[in-house]
Amino acid sequence: MDFGSTFFYKYRRFVKALKIYLLLAGPGLIVMLADNDAGGITTYTVTGAKFGYGLIWFLLLLLPVAYVVQEMTVRLGAVTKRGHAEAIFDAFGSFWGWFSFLDLALVNWLTLITEFIGMTAALAIFHVPPIITIIVVSIVMMLMVLQGRYWTWEKIAILFAALNLIYIPAAFLVHPSVSEVISVGLIPHFPGGFNGTLFFFLMANIGTTIAPWMIFFQQSAVVDKGMKEKDIPWGQMDTLIGSAFTVIVAIFLVVVTGTVLYGSEVESAAQAAVIMMGTNPWLGTFIAIGLFDAGFLGAICISLASSWAFGEVFGWAHSLNLKIREAPWFYACYLFALISAGMVVLIPNAPLVLITLFVQVIAVTLLPAALVFLILLLNNEEIMGKYKNTALQNIAGTTIVIAIIVLSTLYGITTLFPELLV
Amino acid sequence: MITIEGIFGTRMGRVIGGWLNKITEINRKYATPRIRMSRSVKIALLFLRLYLVLLIVLLGYKFWTLIK
Repeated sequence: MDFGSTFFYKYRRFVKALKIYLLLAGPGLIVMLADNDAGGITTYTVTGAKFGYGLIWFLLLLLPVAYVVQEMTVRLGAVTKRGHAEAIFDAFGSFWGWFSFLDLALVNWLTLITEFIGMTAALAIFHVPPIITIIVVSIVMMLMVLQGRYWTWEKIAILFAALNLIYIPAAFLVHPSVSEVISVGLIPHFPGGFNGTLFFFLMANIGTTIAPWMIFFQQSAVVDKGMKEKDIPWGQMDTLIGSAFTVIVAIFLVVVTGTVLYGSEVESAAQAAVIMMGTNPWLGTFIAIGLFDAGFLGAICISLASSWAFGEVFGWAHSLNLKIREAPWFYACYLFALISAGMVVLIPNAPLVLITLFVQVIAVTLLPAALVFLILLLNNEEIMGKYKNTALQNIAGTTIVIAIIVLSTLYGITTLFPELLV
Repeated sequence: MITIEGIFGTRMGRVIGGWLNKITEINRKYATPRIRMSRSVKIALLFLRLYLVLLIVLLGYKFWTLIK
């Protein structure tokens, strides 16, 4: 074959592969970009303001961490055709099943409140009252699921996920020194020396990378999408691309705040957006839109993770491919989670800071169990057959799971007893 | 005899009774864990139990110091 024919053949193969990927892409991409939720965006904002570019190298390490854990949910979902909640009940019995399910319901509901806090704070910058934000967001989120097709929901969610990339143009607006980003950010070191504050931030960044809802969400999404064993490589690729995007977004946000706010005392992404509005309105607007989108994306995934889990455990119809009359309890759970979490944010003097801290503590009661069950299930030949973990996957998975358990537990404990860091 | 309907009223009692029946049914369905209880599985589950006890003790201690 001449060069032209070879090129055309390769081009056709690439286009075909891209079309298949675009059909099968979704759960991995959405869960990973939703991982940068309101809490995550706040963590990265404060990390950049506190340490400049100094912890970018650490964010790069989070790519394999996120991929290894979430990839296991793809295989488990595709092989068992069951969500994580149902898989735990089935494999480990009702005690661990109820524990995981009730803990998930609680931690998801609390996290949903934090997403609403993020969304209302972001739109408050544009003078939108919180009640309007909550009503409009709840209506849009209900409309997204009520159209009765998983595929449509997924493609709309991907559009919102793409908006998460707004931090990339934001980074270009601040004109960072690329050589400084590379020399300071990519060489592993501990800015200011290894101390309690730095350790807290390392733990916070790990804590925001893997959350319990992500495991439950992706596995249920894989099942609802109808992915089969043959689709696993595409699901893995989707997860890998998603993991790369989540880290890229985090790095660009750290570059933004590391350039503009380095050395400032910033406590939240909303506060950072307000400060930036004063110097560069475009930049402030980008950060605020990004924060809103992060909260929105987190909210749609978290409320769905809960609804899927309720459906799996109680045996109700639970699929986005079903109409409201076919799966009334599934949609009722979704609506109830949204409205109740939104209403908490509207309560005057509600202890929102306490709720935000409480989320981190409650999450560490569930995360180790969810991760350990994941490893045990992936090692069960009866359940997984030829898709069970290989020795290499076990070494990587177990190492990462142990590291996450230790660091997230320390994070939860230091949140509970901040005096330990002094 | 005390019944759920007697405590919550007929309509509400029926709903709560239905829920309790569902929970009993789920407990029965998943009474026996499907996974083989090998040594590694037992160790992992024991670790999780101890871990949860530790966290509950810490949460309890925090709560106690807050109200004290």
